[in-house]
Amino acid sequence: MGIFDKLHGGLGKTRVGFGTKVLDLLTGRYVDEDLFEELEEALILADIGVSTSCELVDTLRGRARKEKIKESEALRAALIEEITALLEETGDGETGLSLAEGKLNIVLLMGVNGAGKTTTIGKIAMREKAAGKKVILAAADTFRAAAADQLAVWAKRASCDIIRQNEGGDPGAVVFDACRAAIARKADLLLVDTAGRLQNKSNLMSELEKISKIIDREAPEAVRQALLVLDSTTGQNAVSQAKIFGESAKLDGLVLTKLDGTAKGGVVIGIGRETGLPVRLIGVGEGIEDLQDFNAYEFAKALFTE
Amino acid sequence: MASLSDRLQDIFTKLKGKARLSEADVNEALREVRVALLEADVNYKVAKDFVASIKSRAIGSEVLESLTPGQQVVKIVNEEMMALMGGEQAKLVVSSKPPTVILMAGLQGSGKTTSAGKIALYLKSQGKRPLLAACDIYRPAAIRQLEILGEKNNIPVFSLGDQENPLKIATEAVAHARKHGNDYLIVDTAGRLQIDEDMMREIEAVAEAVNPTETLLVVDAMAGQDAVNAAKVFDERLPITGIVLTKLDGDTRGGAALSVKAVTGKPIKFTGTGEKVEALEPFYPDRMASRILGMGDMLSLIERAQSSLDQEKVIAMEQRLRQSKFTFEDYMEQLQQIKKMGDTNELLSMVPGMGKQLKNIQVDDKQFARAEAIIQSMTKVERTNPAVINGSRKLRIARGSGQSVQEVNRLLKQFEQMQKMIKQINAMTQGKKKGKIPFGLPF
Repeated sequence: MGIFDKLHGGLGKTRVGFGTKVLDLLTGRYVDEDLFEELEEALILADIGVSTSCELVDTLRGRARKEKIKESEALRAALIEEITALLEETGDGETGLSLAEGKLNIVLLMGVNGAGKTTTIGKIAMREKAAGKKVILAAADTFRAAAADQLAVWAKRASCDIIRQNEGGDPGAVVFDACRAAIARKADLLLVDTAGRLQNKSNLMSELEKISKIIDREAPEAVRQALLVLDSTTGQNAVSQAKIFGESAKLDGLVLTKLDGTAKGGVVIGIGRETGLPVRLIGVGEGIEDLQDFNAYEFAKALFTE
Repeated sequence: MASLSDRLQDIFTKLKGKARLSEADVNEALREVRVALLEADVNYKVAKDFVASIKSRAIGSEVLESLTPGQQVVKIVNEEMMALMGGEQAKLVVSSKPPTVILMAGLQGSGKTTSAGKIALYLKSQGKRPLLAACDIYRPAAIRQLEILGEKNNIPVFSLGDQENPLKIATEAVAHARKHGNDYLIVDTAGRLQIDEDMMREIEAVAEAVNPTETLLVVDAMAGQDAVNAAKVFDERLPITGIVLTKLDGDTRGGAALSVKAVTGKPIKFTGTGEKVEALEPFYPDRMASRILGMGDMLSLIERAQSSLDQEKVIAMEQRLRQSKFTFEDYMEQLQQIKKMGDTNELLSMVPGMGKQLKNIQVDDKQFARAEAIIQSMTKVERTNPAVINGSRKLRIARGSGQSVQEVNRLLKQFEQMQKMIKQINAMTQGKKKGKIPFGLPF
C-alpha cells in the first residue's frame, strides 16, 4: 500500500465530514456567487479560520474570473492548488523528522493536555527503532499521574531505554539524566516527553525554557528539534498555542494527531501562514504505521478528491 | 489573538459611545460579533442563529429609541448568551436507589480520567462516598492514572486490570459499590472516536448494563467546529445527561461553552478550570455570560474565597488588621491563603472590569513564591519587627532565600506601604459603623 493510499485511507473518514460537503459543493455545479458563499462556510467549518477562509475564497473568485472557470470541478482543482501552495510556502520544504545520521538527535515534544504527545513519542520510537536506530525515551512529564508509566509501556513495546524519575520530580533533572545517558550510550535519538500545559500558564512555559537550556548545556553537539503536538479537533486556539509555545521554545514544526476522526485539522493552514511552522508528521490511526510524514499535496488532495 | 471577551468588549465599547444607533450601526456591530464568535470556535450555525436572534431584538424600537442604546444591545446579548448556555444551573441528579452511577464518555484526550477524579473529590468534599471504576483498558497506564488519583485523594478505585472487558468491570463495580456502601459510582471509560463503531457499541453496552443516572460527555473547551459533530453522535448513541467542559483555564473563552448546549440540548454541568484536582466548578450560565462580556464574576470569586479560606484564621487576621498589628507572619499567612484560592490571573479576571485592564499584565505566581522565600529567611524577631532589618541582615536574608538584596528591599518597601494602608483604612473606618474589611485581605 502506497503512502498516498494509506493517507487517503486514514483520511477516508475525514472526508465523510468536510470532504464530502466540499465535494458535493464542487460537483456538477456552475460557479456562481452562491457557490463561493457556501464554500466559505465549508472552509470555516473545517477550522481553517475566518480570515484564511475568506482570503482563499477571494483568491478563487479572482482566479475564476481571470481563468474563466465555469465548472465546479475546475474550481476544486484550483482549491487544491491554493491549499497545497499555502502549506508548501511554510517551512523549509523538509518533512518528517529528517534525523541527522551518525549524531545524537534530540526531539522535544510539547503541547497542551491531551494532545497526544506520549502516544506520538511511542509511535516515533517504534518506527525509528525498526529502522535500526538506538532510541532513548525521557519521561519529563513528572506531573500527570502515571504519565511515566504510560511512556514505560511504549518503551517496552519498542524495546528501548527509558529515563524516568518519581512522580512530582523535577523534569529538568530527568532531561539532564537523559542527555547524559543518551551521550554515554551513543544513542541516535532521544525523545523527550513533556507534561501537557496550557499555553497561558507562564510558570509552566518557563519550565520548557529551562528544559531547553539544559539540553543546550548538556548536549551541545546534538541535533535538536522541538515539535508542537496538535490535536486535529482543536479549533482556532491552536494558533495561539503555536505562537506562545514558539515563544518559549524554538519550534521546528507541528505534529497533527487524531486525523482519523471527523475533524479536519484545517487550522494548520492558518498556523502556517501566521507562524511559518510546517506540519512534519500526522497521526491517522491507532497503529504504529499510522504515524506518517506530512505531504502537503497529498493532504490537500486526500481532503478534496474521491 | 484577542480573546472572545476582549473582542466583544471592543465592539460594544464602540456601540456604547454612540448616542443614537442606526440599523446600519447594529448590523455592522453584529457582523463583527459573528466573526468574533467564529474566531472563538463557536459553531458556524450556532453563531449564525445567535446573531440573527440578537438582530431581531436589537433593531426593534426598544433599542433604537432608547437613551442608552449601546447598553440595551449589551443587555440583549447577555440575555441571549445565558439562554444559549441553558439559562439555569444544572445540578447532578441523584438516583433514588444508590449508587448513583455517573458514566464518563468522550474523545481521546478530552480529559475524562482527570474529570472523573475531580468529580469524585467534589462529591467527597460534600460528604459523599464515591467509588471510581477504571474501565479504560486500552490506553497504557490509564488504570494506573486513576488509581494514583484515587490514592492521593483517599477515594477507592475499582479495577480488574486491563485484561477484562469494560462491561464486566463496570457491572462488578456496581455490585462492589452496593456492597461497600458507596453512594456514587463514577465509571471512567476509554477515549473513543464517535465514528469507531466497535468502541461506540462497547460503551453503549456498558451504559445499558449499569443504567447510569448521569452520562457526562467530556468536551475539550479548545475544540473546533467538529466538536458539535462528535457531541451529536455521542448524544444519539448514549443517554447523555450533561457536559463536562474541560481546560477552560486556557486562553480560549467560551466557544465550545456557547455551542455545545445549543447543539445537543444538554446542559454543561461542570467545568474543569485547572491542573489541580480541586479545579472543578459547577457551571453557571449567567456567570459565564458575564465573564465573557467582561462584567466579571464576583459571585464565583466570593464562593471560591469562602470555600478555600480558613474562616477562623480570617477572623483572627481581621482583628489583627483592626489593631494595625500587621506583621510578616500575617503577610505570609495571606500569601498562602491566596495561593489556595487558585491561579492569580484567573482570580483577577473575575473582578468586574479587571479582565480587560489586565490584558497585558501577567501576574506571575512565582512572585509569591519569592516573597515567601524571603520571609522564610527572616528570623522571628525580624518578622514581627521589620524595623530591625539593617544592611547586614538584609544581606543574610538575600543569601538565605536565593534572592538579590534589591528583591528584599522591594518586599520590605511593599510591606511598609501595606502597613500604612492598613492604618489609613483603620483611621477611616474608626467611629463609623463597623466597616468590614473583606476577608481580611488588604489587597
